[in-house]
Amino acid sequence: MATQHSRSAARLMMAPAVFLLLVWMLVPLSMTLWFSFRRFLPLRGGDQGFVGFENYTRFVSSSSFWPAVQTTLIIVVGILIITVCFGILLSLLLDQPMWGQGIVRILVIAPFFVMPTVSALVWKNMFMDPVNGLLAHLWRFFGADPVVWLSDVPIFSIVMIVSWQWLPFATLILLTAIQSLDSEQLEAAEMDGAPVLKRFWFIILPHLSRAITIVILIQTIFLLSIFAEIFVTTGGAFGTRTLTYLIFQRVLESQNVGLGSAGGVYAIILANIVALFLMRIVGKNLDA
Amino acid sequence: MARAVTSQRKAINTVVAWAIGLLIFFPILWTILTSFKTEAQAIASPPIFLNFDWTLENYAVVQERSNYMRFLWNSVIIAGGSTLLGVLIAVPAAWSMAFVPSKRTKDILLWMLSTKMLPAVGVLYPIYLLFIQLGLLDSRAGLVIVIMLINLPIIVWMLYTYFREIPGEILEAARMDGATLREEIIYVLTPMAIPGIASTILLNFILAWNEAFWTLNLTAVNAAPLTAFIASYSSPEGLFFAKLSAASTMAIAPILILGWFSQKQLVRGLTFGAVK
Repeated sequence: MATQHSRSAARLMMAPAVFLLLVWMLVPLSMTLWFSFRRFLPLRGGDQGFVGFENYTRFVSSSSFWPAVQTTLIIVVGILIITVCFGILLSLLLDQPMWGQGIVRILVIAPFFVMPTVSALVWKNMFMDPVNGLLAHLWRFFGADPVVWLSDVPIFSIVMIVSWQWLPFATLILLTAIQSLDSEQLEAAEMDGAPVLKRFWFIILPHLSRAITIVILIQTIFLLSIFAEIFVTTGGAFGTRTLTYLIFQRVLESQNVGLGSAGGVYAIILANIVALFLMRIVGKNLDA
Repeated sequence: MARAVTSQRKAINTVVAWAIGLLIFFPILWTILTSFKTEAQAIASPPIFLNFDWTLENYAVVQERSNYMRFLWNSVIIAGGSTLLGVLIAVPAAWSMAFVPSKRTKDILLWMLSTKMLPAVGVLYPIYLLFIQLGLLDSRAGLVIVIMLINLPIIVWMLYTYFREIPGEILEAARMDGATLREEIIYVLTPMAIPGIASTILLNFILAWNEAFWTLNLTAVNAAPLTAFIASYSSPEGLFFAKLSAASTMAIAPILILGWFSQKQLVRGLTFGAVK
């Protein structure tokens, strides 16, 4: 059992990581809180003192606030649904016996290595360009009018781009989970004459629940703050302004630090609501 | 009887899986192909797939325009430095959580992960100001620190799940034989943990390499890594497909090759040790 000695040693070893994260969390957070109560325009008069909750009310009553929250949620949920559903199908397929499984896996995993700025640029120009993009060629080939992806269906386009990047991640985690499934159980069900759908619903899906939780948790953490994909493709135009992007615009484009900081506090609150919800699920799964 | 797989079914699986695999990989393949075309061929209608005059001209132009090697070097330093620093800090922490757990271990772990949920944009300006004050703006050291900090929770988490798989009895045996804490870590734990540590390093190297919020917002010229290199092609140069493709290929090639060579460790790392 752990001795008193090893306990204090353990605390000492944990200290640097805990201390650094605490500083990383508290210092910027308190600065953001401080700025959020001030009128602070770096290029137009600098710090002009306390204004109470003015920034907070202005940020929420701005006509772009609720659409931004909505856009954020639609994008995150859309990507989660696509990656989890296709991830399950793809991992079931990759689990089947086939020739060249290793190579197929390499092909499927590849998008994960592509940096967001590159994938956004490549999709935006080489695929979604309404004149020279490959999709435009494809549409014309079938006699249809090319779609102006990023202005006609901007949110859908961004969801597609980001889903492409995250599908490998979901697929690989789900595949690992499927491979650990006890095949005897499946065979028994098959012999008992359970149809494919029933086998999937009652045996495979419950087995995958933990893996699905992990996929959702980790992806949500990364997706809530997607930035590069929007920065490069639409620059927040055509209703693709997420909360992250709105704050970015307030702080860096309109140089209104007070207002942007208040927005930052809202974003932190939103993230914490989501986090609390997710942590509950994961916390439960941690012991299992 | 075991599930008999007819070769017919295997053939169907193979065809479907390859088709989907190629479809998913296609954007990357298309980018690589386009990088070897001339600008005129890159936007030819109908598109040309393979029968074009292969040229390296675009690579030369991109290199001349923006000195690729400097961006590459910055990416290597920032991703490598932040990952190694992070692992150095996380190993002791993960060790103590895995082997000397207390009542609060789980809370600390979840708290660490929750700092990851802090939206970066919410604290952009404070960090920006601090960086100016400390002279870290547009410096590689500054980015190494920031990216280390944003990945630290994931590094701790991954190492923790790997360490927990190591049976505690072995450590106790070493302790009985009189091993000190230091010896225990260096001679017993580390060798067993190396595969897990390798996966952790790999995955975090990739995450750091591709990080595009802080690297875009905290660099200008000196410390700009490949994410910034490629962002400079957003417009109007993005309309030159061949050059854009060459630049894209140059930006993703190092990590794509690394990722493919280390696929096994990576798959293990990707699951965050949470799925077996």
